[in-house]
Amino acid sequence: MILLKTEKLTKTFGGKPAVYEVDAEFEAGKLYGLLGPNGSGKTTFMKMVAGLFYPTAGKITVMDGLSKTASKSKVAYMPTEPFFYDYMTVKTVGDFFKDFYEDFDPEWYKEQIEYMQLTPDLRIRALSSGMAAKLKVAVTMSRRASIYMLDEPLNGIDLVARDKIITSIIKRSAPDNTIIISSHLIDIMENLLDEVLFLKDGRTVLKGNAEETREKNGKSIADLYKEVYA
Amino acid sequence: MKYESSKPIYLQVMDSLKQRMVTGDLRPGDQLPSVRLLAIEYDINPNTAARVYKELELEGICFTKRGEGTFVTEDPDLIRSLKEQTAKSIVKKFIKEMTGLGYDKFEIIQKIQKEGDENDSIENGKTD
Repeated sequence: MILLKTEKLTKTFGGKPAVYEVDAEFEAGKLYGLLGPNGSGKTTFMKMVAGLFYPTAGKITVMDGLSKTASKSKVAYMPTEPFFYDYMTVKTVGDFFKDFYEDFDPEWYKEQIEYMQLTPDLRIRALSSGMAAKLKVAVTMSRRASIYMLDEPLNGIDLVARDKIITSIIKRSAPDNTIIISSHLIDIMENLLDEVLFLKDGRTVLKGNAEETREKNGKSIADLYKEVYA
Repeated sequence: MKYESSKPIYLQVMDSLKQRMVTGDLRPGDQLPSVRLLAIEYDINPNTAARVYKELELEGICFTKRGEGTFVTEDPDLIRSLKEQTAKSIVKKFIKEMTGLGYDKFEIIQKIQKEGDENDSIENGKTD
């Protein structure tokens, strides 16, 4: 089942295309890697799907053509920038999300923050950047959404925290949802992905099944990435 | 686990599980982790983990009990032949590398003999 489809999706800023005619389909039960260096259009793509940017041209279909408002309740989007208020604590971030999203699962959240070694009474302003990154993933993945979009979840994170974030993503992956992760840390993401989509200057330059791509080219996705963007 | 770049990941995880069966870390009839736990253990995605079990089942090395999970074959002969296969491929690789260094069959056997004898004397030395 296809949960998300884009057709000739385009966004220009002042005449300059950030995303240009991207055709993509995202199936239930799969993990997708939206890959490309900084400025390749990954964030713009996600923001359009999340309903935060209005496309210049093209079409986005969420599930069976849900309205823009209805689709927001199905999409759990994690932006790169922090989105918590300083006065909140780890616990109140959960309460805040619970008030906002019907599909928020407080039990899952409790388990996740424990696993990420975050204490509930910790203040947001006291979080290190690594802790804040873990919290963002924990709270986003605690929704029972159909489409998860994580923008650079592994940025600026130490090795141990990376493992925890990867585990938390695998745990959430299910036959009825699709998870889209953007990253330029391809070597770390590589084993995790079913499908890859390479963006370059806003255009799709390569897409396909990760294992098949690896077999066909006889090299890792990371090596292929270096070739495409060299 | 560190993955080789050019070989499909499911094959590498299959090899790792087979090796654990050969070394006895996993024993005949043992229950294997669920697909999701296998995915977490090996940092791979759940579809790849599911494929690992599917392929191992096709090879007869694993079997699934409905509603219970996946298990290592109860047939010790299969594990034994797996061990044989592993040994064979290690030896093959070794011979290839040694031949590459310019040694002939006779010299290779001599080298193994010598190394083996040295190992024995070291071990004997320890027990003394």
